[in-house]
Amino acid sequence: MTAELRGKSAIVGTGHAGFGEAHGLTAYDVMAQSALAALGDAGLNLFDVDGLFCTMMEDSMPALMAAEYLGIQPRFIDGTMSGGSSFVNYLTSATMALDAGLCDVALIVYGSNQRTASGRLVTASRPPAYEAPYNPRYPISAYAMAAARHMHEYGTTREQLADVAVAARAWAHHNPEAFERGPLTREDVLGARMVGDPLTVRDCCLVTDGGGAIVMVRADRARDFPKAPVYVLGSAAESSHRQISQMKDFTVTAARDSGARAFAAAGVTAADIQAVELYDAFTINTILFLEDLGFCAKGEGGAFVEGGRIAPGGILPVNTNGGGLSCVHPGMYGIFTVIEAARQIRGDAPGIQLKDIDLALAHGNGGVLSSQVTAILGSQNTL
Amino acid sequence: MPDAKGPDQIFQGALTKGEILLPKCEDCEAYHFFPRVLCPHCHGAAISWKQATGKGRVHTTTVVRRKPERGGDYNVCVVELDEGVRMMSRVEGIAPGEVAIDMAVTAFVSEAEGAPAVLFKPSEG
Ligand SMILES: [Zn+2]
Repeated sequence: MTAELRGKSAIVGTGHAGFGEAHGLTAYDVMAQSALAALGDAGLNLFDVDGLFCTMMEDSMPALMAAEYLGIQPRFIDGTMSGGSSFVNYLTSATMALDAGLCDVALIVYGSNQRTASGRLVTASRPPAYEAPYNPRYPISAYAMAAARHMHEYGTTREQLADVAVAARAWAHHNPEAFERGPLTREDVLGARMVGDPLTVRDCCLVTDGGGAIVMVRADRARDFPKAPVYVLGSAAESSHRQISQMKDFTVTAARDSGARAFAAAGVTAADIQAVELYDAFTINTILFLEDLGFCAKGEGGAFVEGGRIAPGGILPVNTNGGGLSCVHPGMYGIFTVIEAARQIRGDAPGIQLKDIDLALAHGNGGVLSSQVTAILGSQNTL
Repeated sequence: MPDAKGPDQIFQGALTKGEILLPKCEDCEAYHFFPRVLCPHCHGAAISWKQATGKGRVHTTTVVRRKPERGGDYNVCVVELDEGVRMMSRVEGIAPGEVAIDMAVTAFVSEAEGAPAVLFKPSEG
């Protein structure tokens, strides 16, 4: 979105459901529970929702399935599927739809039962024809090859990758909503089962159930709700490829472009951001995105995360809920970057609540580093 | 034209004869891969097919870890051919963990998943 849309929409409700294991529930059950939680948070109900923004892992028409399940007849839907970044991307389309009067209450929602359903990624996505014969294990083989290239070009080490997972766990340790809260050391990560060199199972996100939802309205009525509004100051997307073999530079993601445009729309820079919520499907993601979003120079991400610098008490709070590595990862994590950023700004984060947060960044990643979407969220003070 | 062939059919058809053909744009003269009906660089639609040199280097690589009883570990990599295009493949003839970035490799046509496919081996010398 452009600077003209800065602050035109606000998040007035967030909710989640089924974190960890949602026994006996389908993905759509978890989706619906998340919707109810977010609407309850906003003091609204499903009859108020006239804009629905949803995609799911297992269907090709998930927004229709979700509307039917919820018993609503939305006048605006967006089911754009760009993988886990979809839900950050919906901040843009929801803001546009709200601003244009195409809907008045936007519900962004997701749910998954992938852990209890099968314990692995369930997806309607087809393996790419020119990659499938070589049996890459998706998505880890793709991220492993990006990590290998980063290590080759910049001397990034497995220890530095491990420190990303250790920092995420340190945040999760304080978050009662997080799935993995036990101690985790660098040695634990390095010594864990190797799944796709150079990544061990502890370099990989969790496989959990869970859902999340966000309620958005136009800014002019955002102060009429129970919780402090969180404004969308800027959001932007950039898509670079679908198949990992088509990625032009394995060490540079389109987050460089999405970030620059999101910052420009919001009129702030990386140095202004007080809490950073990144889609950490694998430890390399955090390093890549910190570089590409401008928190450090290209190639310096490894040193930037080393030794607790992004852990509690470090120089930059990153993934303050524990991230996809330790809090929750139900197939697609993107919506939770927005929820945690919003809660840090509202002051009701479930784990460590940072002090006086006015500006936070949420970054979604989709596919195999394919789709990058960055959003800048702000408090009333930032308008 | 019932015997007209699309780009995928041309590529796969050559593989069944043991040949690796690469699509090349007649307008900007750049190669591309995977095969398609237009050039992704300049968007020209005049595409010709050239015999690949088969020479390339490993751009990046990983080992897919798999239990021995299910076939054991194997290599997955992305090779950059001298023509400037990249393709996913695997390097055979050495241990999967020995495949290294920048290693010079040579293509050969063999089978993967029961169908003809481009694989690589370390270049000699
Ligand atoms: Zn061309």
